[in-house]
Amino acid sequence: MSTLEIRGLKVSVETEQGSIEILKGVDLTIKSGETHAIMGPNGSGKSTLAYSIAGHPKYTITEGTVTLDGADVLEMTVDERAKAGLFLAMQYPVEVPGVSVSNFLRTAATALRGEAPKLREWVGEVKSAMESLKMDASFAQRNVNEGFSGGEKKRHEIMQLELLKPKFAILDETDSGLDVDALRIVSEGVVRAKAANNHGILLITHYTRILRYIKPDFVHVFANGRIVEEGGPELADKLEANGYAEYVTA
Amino acid sequence: MSSLQSNVLENHTPTGREEAWRFTPLKRLGGIHDGSATAVERNSLAINGSLPTGVTFSHQEIEAVTETDDVIVNRIRAFTSKGAVLSIAANAEIAEPIMLNRASFGTDSAEFSRVLIKAGNHSKSVVVIENSGDTHLAEDLEIVLEPGAHLTLIALQEWDSKTIHAARHHAIVDRDATFKSIVVTVGGDVVRLLPTVDFIAPGASCDLSGVYFATAGQFFEHRMFVDHKVPNAKSRVNYKGALAGDKAHTVWIGDVFIRAAAEGTDTYELNRNLLLSDGARADSVPNLEIETGEIVGAGHASTTGRFDDEQLFYLMSRGIAMDDARRLVVRGFFNEIVSEIGIDSIQERIMTRIDGELEKAGK
Ligand SMILES: Nc1ncnc2c1ncn2[C@@H]1O[C@H](COP(=O)(O)OP(=O)(O)OP(=O)(O)O)[C@@H](O)[C@H]1O
Ligand SMILES: [Mg+2]
Repeated sequence: MSTLEIRGLKVSVETEQGSIEILKGVDLTIKSGETHAIMGPNGSGKSTLAYSIAGHPKYTITEGTVTLDGADVLEMTVDERAKAGLFLAMQYPVEVPGVSVSNFLRTAATALRGEAPKLREWVGEVKSAMESLKMDASFAQRNVNEGFSGGEKKRHEIMQLELLKPKFAILDETDSGLDVDALRIVSEGVVRAKAANNHGILLITHYTRILRYIKPDFVHVFANGRIVEEGGPELADKLEANGYAEYVTA
Repeated sequence: MSSLQSNVLENHTPTGREEAWRFTPLKRLGGIHDGSATAVERNSLAINGSLPTGVTFSHQEIEAVTETDDVIVNRIRAFTSKGAVLSIAANAEIAEPIMLNRASFGTDSAEFSRVLIKAGNHSKSVVVIENSGDTHLAEDLEIVLEPGAHLTLIALQEWDSKTIHAARHHAIVDRDATFKSIVVTVGGDVVRLLPTVDFIAPGASCDLSGVYFATAGQFFEHRMFVDHKVPNAKSRVNYKGALAGDKAHTVWIGDVFIRAAAEGTDTYELNRNLLLSDGARADSVPNLEIETGEIVGAGHASTTGRFDDEQLFYLMSRGIAMDDARRLVVRGFFNEIVSEIGIDSIQERIMTRIDGELEKAGK
């Protein structure tokens, strides 16, 4: 049983006009096996929260703590956070020219597992992960995310989730840009990975349709850099019907 | 003669004020350019392995195919009338790469070397020149492609740190012939290489690619000139470089001249540089001169950038350590061109050398 604990997290970005505070004190605790959905208007800071946990250099933590089973996540480098068990499926996965998916995945698995996976087993693992996400085998030879469609990029993220087996998965709008079939395929991938690894999930979304596949235990409303309401799955339906008007102050 | 300023070599001992010489550290050329070097004839270029049928190689009397105003080339020609001649017979299709290498003899004197590569009518071949060790070398390399010939020339500068190498690789490309050049410069103190192309009949094409990686103190200059003087020829130039360390300096000049007669020309040139540390300098000058509007396309692009933080973040967020992530990104950057070599053992050797250069720079 693992716990990811976020306490009083305040985060700024540096701009030409000076520093802007985006997260204004976030508190959130996620345990293994739990699924937490975060919903909130554009620009409210959801991706900032995801990136800050993963350690993106653009964000400056000004206050608060993030711990994983008591270990100080904010002290860790980006790769150390992944090694500690954090995984971020990005809203906009990055293209890495000239680096093949197969080389990338093997390098990542080697880093996370501490040794190179045995070649034969690894080939099988990758093949079945690709098959279950309905990705053509040819993707292995393509460059990471280069020329992938929006939906293909998201499948690639979830394929990594299945292969890399983290303790906590942060899914930033993994459902955006997916057609109905892709949404089902990707969601099933998340559910399968969770069944196998019992990881905790922080799922950022604008829509309830993904929550029909990935059932949240908790729903948090995010507005203006903090969590403004918490509830069970029924809160998501209310948000979809009514929008965020009552949470956003002019 | 071309009116392109940067390509006028002026045929006199350079002072450094000439456009074509203004980047080159003349003091570090070992006297190759001004006649003060101790010139020697060494015939250091040799066939590595056996000669396939249809290919001959010998050291013999040699005739220059074209005149030039390159002062170094003219000094070489004045010094010796002999050189190495590699001929690929007409219609020969050589399956395996023809491997040439240069033994290096140290830096007490300078080898003045003439080379002629002749690709016969409709022949098809790949020629690799492997350069390593420490040497001073002035090289006049002419490449003649007869009609319909396909020739790929891979020139590998994997020199040690004391080498001075000044070379002109001049291709004369006839009707429907295709010249592909891949230049790799990853070692040496000063390397100045001029890949130049003369299209002499319609339907000719060239593809000039290259990679270079300069670390502290190294100077690598690659200066192309593609002369479109006939209609319907096509040229592509794509050079990628990385620089790391104090006073690493690279120069890329891409001169393309589309003369009035060159209707239907299709040309594009690209140079990308990755600056991996402060104190390094990448000069990149694309130069397109167009005398006719009746062309298919003409363009160029030049970029110089640093590591992409987003790429490094993405890789590291999957557990890959910083050094490994940098290595992946740099390998990825060069892969587009290195993979064109098509010989696995050489590709891996170049990539390993690049890893080494990166590691050296990281210290
Ligand atoms: N460099 C920057 N300069 C100015 N503002 C910035 C900068 N980076 C981020 N922001 C702002 O931070 C806010 C939060 O952005 P974030 O991406 O976290 O929102 P989000 O909740 O994920 O939105 P969406 O639902 O559209 O994905 C936005 O208003 C954004 O414009
Ligand atoms: Mg977002």
